[in-house]
Amino acid sequence: MQLKQMRLEPRIRVPFVLVILAPVVSIVASFVLCAGLVAWSGASIFEAYGLLLKGALGSGFALSETFARATPLIFTGLAAAVAFKSRFWNIGAEGQLYAGALIITVLGTGMLDLHPGLIIPILVITSAVAGALMLLGPVLLKIHFGVDEVVTTLLLNFIVLLLVSLLLEGPLKDPMGLGWPQAEPVTEAAELPRLFQGLRLHAGLLLALLFSFIMWIVSIRTTLGYEMRAVGFNQKAARFAGMPVKRVMIITALISGGIAGIAGFSEVAGMKGNLTLDLSPGFGYTGIVVAMLAQLHPLGVIISASFVASIFVGADAMSRSAGVPSYIADVMVSVSLLCMLVSVLLVRFRIRWG
Amino acid sequence: METSIAWLEIFLNASFWVASVRIATPLIFGTLGEVICERAGVLNLGIEGIMTIGAMAGWMAVYQGAGLWSGLFFAAACGGIFGLLHAMLTVPLGLSQHVTGIGITLLATSLTSYVYRLILPEVNSPPRIQAFEPLEIPGLSSIPLIGEALFNQSPLTYFAFISVVVVSYVLYRTPFGLAIQMVGENPAAAEAQGVDVTVIRTVAVVCGSAFMAVGGAFLTMSAFNAFFFNMINGRGWICIALVVFASWRPGKALLGAFLFAAFDAYQMRLQQLVGTEIPYQIFLMMPYVLSILALIVMSRRVGYPQALMIPYRKGER
Repeated sequence: MQLKQMRLEPRIRVPFVLVILAPVVSIVASFVLCAGLVAWSGASIFEAYGLLLKGALGSGFALSETFARATPLIFTGLAAAVAFKSRFWNIGAEGQLYAGALIITVLGTGMLDLHPGLIIPILVITSAVAGALMLLGPVLLKIHFGVDEVVTTLLLNFIVLLLVSLLLEGPLKDPMGLGWPQAEPVTEAAELPRLFQGLRLHAGLLLALLFSFIMWIVSIRTTLGYEMRAVGFNQKAARFAGMPVKRVMIITALISGGIAGIAGFSEVAGMKGNLTLDLSPGFGYTGIVVAMLAQLHPLGVIISASFVASIFVGADAMSRSAGVPSYIADVMVSVSLLCMLVSVLLVRFRIRWG
Repeated sequence: METSIAWLEIFLNASFWVASVRIATPLIFGTLGEVICERAGVLNLGIEGIMTIGAMAGWMAVYQGAGLWSGLFFAAACGGIFGLLHAMLTVPLGLSQHVTGIGITLLATSLTSYVYRLILPEVNSPPRIQAFEPLEIPGLSSIPLIGEALFNQSPLTYFAFISVVVVSYVLYRTPFGLAIQMVGENPAAAEAQGVDVTVIRTVAVVCGSAFMAVGGAFLTMSAFNAFFFNMINGRGWICIALVVFASWRPGKALLGAFLFAAFDAYQMRLQQLVGTEIPYQIFLMMPYVLSILALIVMSRRVGYPQALMIPYRKGER
């Protein structure tokens, strides 16, 4: 019955070293905890992890793949971080990503015939608007009816995916697609340029970095950023302080959904070229892990997204050469999320016995 | 003339009622499990993942040679373990129930995929097992329409009905059930009465999660006889909505699950009736749209457990 005597005591001063250490420890812990699963597959643990690291970071090609994979995760991680900071649980980044991808498929495959310098900003903005609108419903339902946003955003993910499927088999179907449910590719002007010759890394990464930076400035230098944090920290106190809590929540939701929508643009225009049903292998959900590992810090998201991406890319390589199913990446990422939750707690509190 | 009443004739077809009860079964287990967790004050968003691992674990156990009932027990145990993990993180440690629950879902889902691939590396078509056969209850099953729907079902469906009765009894008529309600409404008062909040909440989450896993296992061991990766397909999230619809009551959970399933069975038959005029995706969207609508309608008069999502730390106000 030792559990009974456990108490959590807030630390008066949180050493900065611990804040930095928390994600590192969680990641190491996740590697250690998943070692058993790797061993179960019959592969040697060190060899498998070695292959993982090499596959993720071992060559120019590997690095390009890793950062290309990190790009959508920076967007979705940022979307989650912005919303979670205000304690608005947007679990719908997956749906918002597809909404953004849908709108640019409509506009970018020939409807708008403009110069790249003009069409790309337009597409960024429209995909953001599409993503933001996806979240407008849930935030209004939360504010006016007290409907939990987790459930509504989750359910909307399924609805949007079905909508995409409907449109890909109907009006948006590529006539040249050999019967596959895929949309026409975006026009050349709407494509995001590749950063290096022959590698898949594209300008979407620069866009993602830019948005992380903007959100960081917003959070530390503007009234809105201050209000967003205050609403997340203590809604009642924020209201007493005269802050427009509802308006702040709506703006937060719109920003969060908008950023997730741009992920859809970046993936279609930079990575895949057209919209398919497997555009996102769960980027929206993985974004939640990215945000938590970054402790909701907009710049931290860049680092944690790169880390998570390297696990996914590395696990693919490991799976090919060591025969460990590539689902190990999803397991490792989710284990690191749970470890992170615990280590953040241990950073803020001290555990006392008795 | 014929087509104009065809949409009504669906109701007169026994197969519609049979399908409704069958579709309702996993939702009954899932909703019941979530009701138990939330009544104790713990939101369990791990439900989607727990149902997924239950579906795989039960099926895999039988595929590896276990009996159907021991397979089911194994599924429940796996669900209970993930429930215990969720409880340990959210009850004594008081972590965010939202994020932890999503984490549990991600972990359970990915672990399911990993283990399935590890045990069955090269299968193109999912292998099948000998699933639960419908159990006909003599006499009662010959009642027209209702007889076949209610008394010629899988043993797990009867188990679901019995579970509703048992959970209601435990929740409202036993000291343990009252303790669950108390820690979900006012943990400080419960503590003052000598109830151990941590223990009661943990036990409730473990039991509730076991029910969720059984709901998942129903899909692979009774409704179908094989496991697919995206099998649960949001059923867990629908259960979360059904809990609100049911105002956190087991009896109403049964009703809500059945209404929902009847609607689902109806739209499937309607889909065959209208053919390809309306894209099938519209029909598939309906369950999710309906869940959101149910949340909105019920939001006005919800009597949610007062301590839901609020971690309890001894001596803290």
